[in-house]
Amino acid sequence: MDISDFFDTFFEEAQELLDEMEQHLLALDVDAPDPEQLNAIFRAAHSIKGGAGTFGLEVLQRTTHLLENLLDYTRHGELTLRRDIVDTFLETKDMLQDQMDAYRAGEEPDPEAYERICKVLQQMALDEIGETADVGGAPAPAPAAKPEPAPEPEPQAAPVESASAGGDLLEVVLLGVGEKDRELLIAELGQLGDIVSRDGEEERYRVLLTSSASADDVEAVMCFIAEPEQLQIRAVEASSLPADAPAPAPEAPAPAETASKAEPSGGAAAPVAKPRKEAKPRDGAAKGAGKGGGESTSIRVPVTKVDQIINLVGELIITQSMLNQVVDDDTNAGGTLSSGLNLLQRNARDLQEAVMSIRMVPMDYVFSRFPRLVRDLASKLDKEVELVTEGKSTELDKGLTERIIDPLTHLVRNSLDHGIEDPDTREAAGKPRVGKLTLSAQHQGGNILIEVIDDGAGLNREKLLAKAESNGLQVSDGMSDEEVWQLIFAPGFSTAAQVSDVSGRGVGMDVVKRNIQAMGGHVEILSRAGEGTTTRIVLPLTLAILDGMSIRVGKEIFILPVNAVLESLQPRKEDLYPMTGGDVLLKIREDYLPVIAVHEAMDVEGAGTEPTESITVIVQGEGRRYALQVDELIGQQQVVVKNLETNYRKVPGVSAATILGDGSVALILDVADLHRLSQRKREGGPFDTSRDSMSLKEVALS
Amino acid sequence: MTQSSAARESVDSNVRNSEFLVFSLGSEEYAIDILKVQEIRGYENVTRIANAPDFIKGVANLRGVIVPIVDLRIKFRLDNVEYNEQTVVIVVSIEGRIVGIVVDGVSDVMSLKPDQIKPAPEFGVSMPVDYLSGLGNLEDRMLVLVDIEKLLTSDEMALVEKAAE
Repeated sequence: MDISDFFDTFFEEAQELLDEMEQHLLALDVDAPDPEQLNAIFRAAHSIKGGAGTFGLEVLQRTTHLLENLLDYTRHGELTLRRDIVDTFLETKDMLQDQMDAYRAGEEPDPEAYERICKVLQQMALDEIGETADVGGAPAPAPAAKPEPAPEPEPQAAPVESASAGGDLLEVVLLGVGEKDRELLIAELGQLGDIVSRDGEEERYRVLLTSSASADDVEAVMCFIAEPEQLQIRAVEASSLPADAPAPAPEAPAPAETASKAEPSGGAAAPVAKPRKEAKPRDGAAKGAGKGGGESTSIRVPVTKVDQIINLVGELIITQSMLNQVVDDDTNAGGTLSSGLNLLQRNARDLQEAVMSIRMVPMDYVFSRFPRLVRDLASKLDKEVELVTEGKSTELDKGLTERIIDPLTHLVRNSLDHGIEDPDTREAAGKPRVGKLTLSAQHQGGNILIEVIDDGAGLNREKLLAKAESNGLQVSDGMSDEEVWQLIFAPGFSTAAQVSDVSGRGVGMDVVKRNIQAMGGHVEILSRAGEGTTTRIVLPLTLAILDGMSIRVGKEIFILPVNAVLESLQPRKEDLYPMTGGDVLLKIREDYLPVIAVHEAMDVEGAGTEPTESITVIVQGEGRRYALQVDELIGQQQVVVKNLETNYRKVPGVSAATILGDGSVALILDVADLHRLSQRKREGGPFDTSRDSMSLKEVALS
Repeated sequence: MTQSSAARESVDSNVRNSEFLVFSLGSEEYAIDILKVQEIRGYENVTRIANAPDFIKGVANLRGVIVPIVDLRIKFRLDNVEYNEQTVVIVVSIEGRIVGIVVDGVSDVMSLKPDQIKPAPEFGVSMPVDYLSGLGNLEDRMLVLVDIEKLLTSDEMALVEKAAE
């Protein structure tokens, strides 16, 4: 096996370990640290170090080594945690991240940064502990022991919970490990401690070493190369060895059963045998996912495979509704057939839901990266900020969570930089010194609402208007607050008094808005001077499935997203107000909504042209409401969203396509874009439908 | 009626025969590289796309994939554009995109030796010379070889969104 095959696995696992480390570091209570948390941090560092050593990533290995030593002191209570120590640990974690990214990109990490962090860590070791950071395990007096008869393979060999710093004798048995991997493993073990003896065959190779690492830790390191089933690691009582020689293990031909149950002869000081799962009770236990065999609770699957399944299930649903339609049309179809089909329909829906849920991940995946950001930014800006997250378990499509991180990061930065005031100003305004930033997520219908709420100064209407004017934007004093707030999404807009390295370059908010619109969502801002600002992002739960309302115009079927539909009605003549220029407004209660005739925008022939004889659907898109004139509402159905741009291009007024029960394609309308399209058609007089490629290009351009 | 490309002989590329799918537009015979052809199907269930050029007939469902359908007969201003049971759509795959093209008919698959391929004519056929890659010379027939990739990705086909737009 080629070791480079494991590179990606290592990086992925190391990434998770780093994330885990950071989470624990942030959650640490400096005054009363949870020993389990300290252990988890230590283990993460340790595993990374091991992996880095295996792959010859020297800088990464050495840095983690220094960190690991300090963490080891911490978890043994020899180093008392302070805020600045945690800061240094966090900084080191960032450094590790940089180093790993560099290695991943095939480069060497920045040597200066490495030197610096090493100095910092060594200095800390010197200051806090009063000794040099590098301590190896004390050599154990153990002589080479005779190989014992092979017991049954023992996948969960009794690990030692924690070894004393002095260094215990560990017996590592490798089962069926090839020579090349074996050498790697032995090199690996050599870094954990001193190898006392090594001998054996490929099926069973035995290494004795003295190490300060626990069996658990050794296993964690070796997992990068070998499967857990191939490893047997157990502690041998160092003290008992010379005395009880020649038998290396107390119950010499120890059968697996006994070894994992009974305490080895050492008695009082004996390590308690525990299955690995108990030794790592936190979610860290599942980190070896995909390798852990029976005990793992999750598997790692490429997204492409999941997407393929989702596609196939989509096809299944279409076929199923095609069958349903046939049976519905055929009145002779028997009761068994239709009840069977109903069952199939239910099962297919359940299957679809289950498959879709594979793609769903909790928002915690997104929110968990903010405590760090907020902490760092707050201290950089000399502000005091408390971060509150709500709805961490709200689930969202994985593809969307990845794309929401950047916009959300930007909003959080903005809130901290421009929103929340410095403590003195807050106090003067009668607010608590500590600002509050809330990140919340919740489901609302087929959407997820993500909000960034700060209790800061709020947006300044006058400042925004003045700034917009100087930027050459069209403004008037009569604009509603909502319209004014929307100004900050204009390109190049920034009201920050000065550009800080946190925000204020004015490149962000328009990108935020564009990104969110590209995900099929929109952004709203609610703000009140002196009380704070809420930025609300509304996103569809998934891009793959949509609740659609089918409508008929002429002979053509279109789909409207159900969450865009508010109500439908047949307008009365007196509620319609034709405007000069061809626009028609419809009065709905107190509001006047522009009427979009779908047959005009989409050039449908044979559709009803008289609004009072048609159905009007009130829809909303991009925060505005419109009245769509259609011929008939057919019904509601879930549709699988198919991208038009895969093989074709963006079509004006249309967001995507889907396949109907009869196998034909229906276009999904984009309400706001449809309005733009119909306006363009009106403004350009009769829209140029001479149907050459130029007209299409103009539409695409404008 | 799917026609898969026959396995090509693995002889020296200089003397290797190229295989072409022959189709007709009006009275002219055209041919495209068979390796670009994915399948051949009938013309049915095409959903119109509004505000598109007239030769873009719309989109169709090809086993779950949405594929645009282009009528080359309209594009190159042929008379007698009809849609009936005989109307054929050649589904081609170019640059990772799948496009269906409507033609008057598909006749056969021809194998041409390099010396049977002459330079493209300067005039005399319906299709602009820019998209022709040569002229196939058979005893009693003349095939106009089309660079289908160049044709379908061209600006005037408006099938592909250019990055600059």
